[in-house]
Amino acid sequence: MSAVTGPISYHGPVLDAEHAAGDNYLTHGRGLLSWAFTLDHKRIAIMYMVGVCFSFFVGGVFAILVRTMLWHPLDPGSAAATKSFDLYNHSFTLHGSVMVFMFIIPAIPAILGNFVLPMQLGAKDVAFPRLNLLSFWLYAFGVCFFMYVLFSGVLHAAFGWNVPGGYGLDTGWTFYTPYSSSRAQGAVVAATLGAFILGFSSILTGVNFIATIHMLRPKGMTWSRLPLFLWALYSTSIIQILATPVLGITLLLLCAERALGVGIFDPALGGDPVLFQHFFWFYSHPAVYIMILPAMGVISELISTFSRKHIFGYTFIAMSSVAIALLSFFVWGHHMFVSGQSPLTNAVFSLITFAVAIPSAIKVFNWLATLYGADIRLNTPMLFALGFIILFTVGGLTGLFLGTLAVDVHLTNTYFIVAHFHYVMMGSMLFAFIGGMYYWWPKMFGRMYSERWGQIAFWIVFIGFNLTFFPQFIAGSRGMPRRYASYPVQFVSFHRASSIGAYTMGAGLVLVGLSWVHALRRGKKAPDNPWGSNTLEWRSPSPPPHDNFLVTPEADDPYDLSGWKQDPAGGGWVYDAERAAKAAALNPTTLLSASGRKRQPRRHGDTEAHPR
Amino acid sequence: MWNLTLCDANGPTFWLPQRASTVAGGADALFNVILWICVFFFALVTVLLVLFVIKYRHRPGVERDTAASHSMALEATWTLIPTVIVVFLYYYGFKHYLRMNVEPPNAYEITAHAQMWQWGFEYPNGYSDPELHVPVHAPVLMVLESADVIHSLFVPVFRVKKDVVPGRYNRLWFEATEPGTFDIYCAAYCGTNHSAMRSHVIVHKDQAEFDRWLADATARADNLPPLEKGRKLYVTKGCAQCHSIDGTRITGPSWKDVFGAMQPMTDGSQSLVDETFVHNFVRNPQAKVPMGYSPVMPPFPTSLLSENDVDALITFMKSISVHAPRSDSLSTRIGQPATAPTTAPAGTMPR
Repeated sequence: MSAVTGPISYHGPVLDAEHAAGDNYLTHGRGLLSWAFTLDHKRIAIMYMVGVCFSFFVGGVFAILVRTMLWHPLDPGSAAATKSFDLYNHSFTLHGSVMVFMFIIPAIPAILGNFVLPMQLGAKDVAFPRLNLLSFWLYAFGVCFFMYVLFSGVLHAAFGWNVPGGYGLDTGWTFYTPYSSSRAQGAVVAATLGAFILGFSSILTGVNFIATIHMLRPKGMTWSRLPLFLWALYSTSIIQILATPVLGITLLLLCAERALGVGIFDPALGGDPVLFQHFFWFYSHPAVYIMILPAMGVISELISTFSRKHIFGYTFIAMSSVAIALLSFFVWGHHMFVSGQSPLTNAVFSLITFAVAIPSAIKVFNWLATLYGADIRLNTPMLFALGFIILFTVGGLTGLFLGTLAVDVHLTNTYFIVAHFHYVMMGSMLFAFIGGMYYWWPKMFGRMYSERWGQIAFWIVFIGFNLTFFPQFIAGSRGMPRRYASYPVQFVSFHRASSIGAYTMGAGLVLVGLSWVHALRRGKKAPDNPWGSNTLEWRSPSPPPHDNFLVTPEADDPYDLSGWKQDPAGGGWVYDAERAAKAAALNPTTLLSASGRKRQPRRHGDTEAHPR
Repeated sequence: MWNLTLCDANGPTFWLPQRASTVAGGADALFNVILWICVFFFALVTVLLVLFVIKYRHRPGVERDTAASHSMALEATWTLIPTVIVVFLYYYGFKHYLRMNVEPPNAYEITAHAQMWQWGFEYPNGYSDPELHVPVHAPVLMVLESADVIHSLFVPVFRVKKDVVPGRYNRLWFEATEPGTFDIYCAAYCGTNHSAMRSHVIVHKDQAEFDRWLADATARADNLPPLEKGRKLYVTKGCAQCHSIDGTRITGPSWKDVFGAMQPMTDGSQSLVDETFVHNFVRNPQAKVPMGYSPVMPPFPTSLLSENDVDALITFMKSISVHAPRSDSLSTRIGQPATAPTTAPAGTMPR
């Protein structure tokens, strides 16, 4: 392995005829069909963005509905209560299903991953562009199934129509049997088929990403020079490929039971309800790591770039992603601690659950250490990254309560769980997603967003989020069960605080969306590298041309930021070869030992034969 | 926030409800240890983050060399310390969990029947009540039976919870330490009225009081005339949640004026609602569905409603129907609302 980390051969945007004409991937080919049949990973990412943001909006509407209905606890005895409870149950189910299957799982890999991954590899596209397009259309098709489920519910509620196959969905996103297979009036088959199709979208994206990372790395990009975002996507893809098929089969079995009366999970037909839970959580637990690993990858990029410092503990962060991916397959039983499974089973799952917490803790400490002695710029993406660290710490630490058996018995199926998973799914993943969107927005659209509005939106979302979910921890530990359409009066203040928080957060998120739309239309023209990052996607115009690069970049250490200096004219950063050489000579990553003597650390690429 | 006071040591704290069982103390002690750990690490991360952001914020025009980007010593430290902590939590968590899970010998056995959306607690003498009564300082073993879907028996003040799974008989045990009345919740989503599926556990101040209660309640139930029994069953078996008695449509048809009338069915036929019809319908409600209603009624096998119970319910239905045949021995006159129950099932009203 070469020991060279010298200046790379990137010389500013070369003006050729296409680029001189201002042509980029957005203008290359016009018309709806050029988008519908595109093989360009960047266009596919943008199409995903539309679908995913639409899904987030739909899921968000249900969330607002849920929190609004919880403002007044209704006396369960009345006829009005029954109708209200039905609406509530449909709302929380659709909120969960839409958010999990149509927003959280695809968002970062399908949007940011699709756009950025090939570019971070200096490649023209993913390994299998047609497969990528298929992934997108499978996603769109799966979304259609859920839209059908939704409309069947709306039609029933508004006009009393009973469409065949059931209306709406009120099983919870977890579809526990035998309620979902034998009792629910909802469009369970339609919903599960939708999830089944969405699963294939996820699997094929995973296949594509793994192949691309293996096969299309550029000269100089050894595994130890892979950007952490790509380590994260690689680990995510492993989970996507291994776990999602299990969900697919499980949902098909559920359909077989519901539609054909095949006895698998319903004891009335000779089946076992807990078997469904095992099958379901065998996928759905690794699924939560599909949600969080790409988010952590984004955070590593943001923290390093906006600290103007090499990420701390690169190897440990990279290896943590892989460790989390592997361990995630062995903890699913912690969702079933009170299902009646044996104490031995519970003990094993509890132990491994604690084990999987350790790599996440390692990442948080490494990010903090990156901030130490750094040169921090508080742009909007950085604010979201810092918010992530705080909220993920809360979410992760509250997992300790839940992994501890004796305490989980009390807390499981209460609002404590709801708060815990919203801190990691929303407070963490959503914050990383928004941060990543702001970060890569200039590259994707060639426009800068308004820094002031981005920051205002961040604070509103951050405060609103905590107001929504922190009270839920307390309500839960005090005994408030989850999925309750009505509740004892002693929990009223918690619910109302939470609902106020939800409206606040909703307003903040609307502001985020508006700031993006505003950037698209009125944003300042973006430089090639507005943030001075050293990953390869920034070695290209903003927005990139159809083929991504004008000059194929060569890779070096993606976190070595020393070669970049601020361009006073353009408002971005430009590469300075001389400066990079000088910095390399000064060896900026020298370690200070306890006695204060300088030591030369062993750098990636050092061998006995080629000492530095 | 962290209850360090010695007086009222079992009372509600900021985070937790009062402790009323023998295992609550241990579970709460662990909860508090974890809480301290969380507060410590949260404070550490947040304070360091804010400190670093302030101290190392970029000053315009000032160029700065940044610090190191790896340290094996730090990595080892922040890997080992969390590992030690989680092993400790795992060990004590499992240890106390075993105490919570292993039933003591000679526990008093009560069967909990869960159905959509009603609890029924069956005592060893066969008496069944929608509320759970236990004596203080006596271990109680609950055998959990579901008639339909997954439910979950949750008593916050005891710190116990266990899923009630159809097709199997999960068990949970507890020993109450405080007399009083406490909430019972269903903690596993089970459909429309999941949040209404609540009850209470009444802990009697001594074994004698509990025995007296059980004897009285059993005697009262045994001696109930059919109409009173039917009225009671209408509430305790959950019929009231879907069938009103004043004509209001809920999930199912109102029982007012339904007995003895012709009811159109979804298959186009007309059925006379008589004794045969009711007895058959209750066992297999999906065989024929009333016109305009959804097939959502769960079946009530004899384990939930004995033949005598159904007779009593029929007596009650007759008493509120203008179409029922008049007979002194079977019904009372219509228009005696004084003792009619409300539509809200006993034991599920929020307190």
